[in-house]
Amino acid sequence: MDIFWPLKILAEIITSEILRIPAQTFLAEVVSYFIYDVIKIFLLLIVIIFIVSIIRTFLPPEKIRKILVQKNQYLGNVLAALLGIVTPFCTCSAIPLFLGFIEAGVPLGVTFSFLVSSPMINEVALVLLFSLFGYKIALLYIASGLIIAILAGIIIGKLKMENLVADFVYQNKIQTTSNDIKMSWPDRIDYAKNYTLEIFKKVWLYIVIGVGIGAFIHGYVPAEFLVKYAGADKWYAVPLAVLIGIPLYSNAAGVIPLVSALTEKGMAIGTTLAFMMAVTALSLPEFMILKKVMKTKLIIIFALIVGGGIIFTGYLFNLILK
Amino acid sequence: METNKLNIQVFGSGCPTCKKLFELTSKAIAELGLDTKVEYITDIQKIVSSGIMQMPALAINGKPVMTGLVPNLEKIKTLIKENI
Repeated sequence: MDIFWPLKILAEIITSEILRIPAQTFLAEVVSYFIYDVIKIFLLLIVIIFIVSIIRTFLPPEKIRKILVQKNQYLGNVLAALLGIVTPFCTCSAIPLFLGFIEAGVPLGVTFSFLVSSPMINEVALVLLFSLFGYKIALLYIASGLIIAILAGIIIGKLKMENLVADFVYQNKIQTTSNDIKMSWPDRIDYAKNYTLEIFKKVWLYIVIGVGIGAFIHGYVPAEFLVKYAGADKWYAVPLAVLIGIPLYSNAAGVIPLVSALTEKGMAIGTTLAFMMAVTALSLPEFMILKKVMKTKLIIIFALIVGGGIIFTGYLFNLILK
Repeated sequence: METNKLNIQVFGSGCPTCKKLFELTSKAIAELGLDTKVEYITDIQKIVSSGIMQMPALAINGKPVMTGLVPNLEKIKTLIKENI
């Protein structure tokens, strides 16, 4: 049974009593589907971002760096990918994080594991996946995201590409002094409140638009419509989805509701997962920023490895989740 | 720079939230009537050397007091008062 049934009733009441759309009509169904999804996602977002932000106050990047700097390669990659889940990632932090890790002695491969997992597995994407696709797909997404992050990091570590990092990076050695910012519980709650609000303000409109278009597709596009274009047997669907996903970075919040509707109309689930991973993990603006600290060749290798991993995951799930 | 002088720095890589912190901090200083200017540091190497990894960040007399988010005006004032 769906634990969100009270919201379903609420959505129906809003549709029929406030918006005065006659019940049992097609329009009523579409509108109440929209209201239900939006309320559910908003509630989950607020709760989950708040909880993750609280956890995050215990794991600032300075502490993560301290953890990662002492670890051997493989364990380091696994830890970096796991810690990436709770770390927020905005492109404006990519450079200081990268430099802060490398210059303190965190291995290049481990740093890359973190750079992949941090934006790919974030709380906003997870809430949307959980609300619109269910926990199984959300867990699949986390598991394959972690594996891609770990493997990409290990491969980059093995390729010994330290020479492709901008020259100044290894000339600067910094101390891993922890600038201990003492936080009390009220501080943590304050931080979490602030952060939740900030993220919510950033994504709510995209979600409304995404879910709105999704509701429209849900109601008005014939089922199976996409099967002949994006079904599991179309070999080009996965790489195409990945390519389209790269420039959509900032709109992850709006893209996921949209793909959920597309999946319903016949887009294969592996293609969907690959698309969402490309949206979150491969970001054009991030690549541009990273150019300041590494050579283009390294960025391309990085994008190819992660992109290849995502495409492989897409094909794999198209094959096994028929 | 005199050692006993109050030194307030905002670190940012030029993103909109970093600018906002800079503006709010300047405002906080004006409202507290402090005789100092906020230093806005965008040199990424300087930022990293000071141990900061989350943008934006606020440092008072060389000590980071807030990283990774923009607090409200009142909070900035409290932080400044606590650290001078």
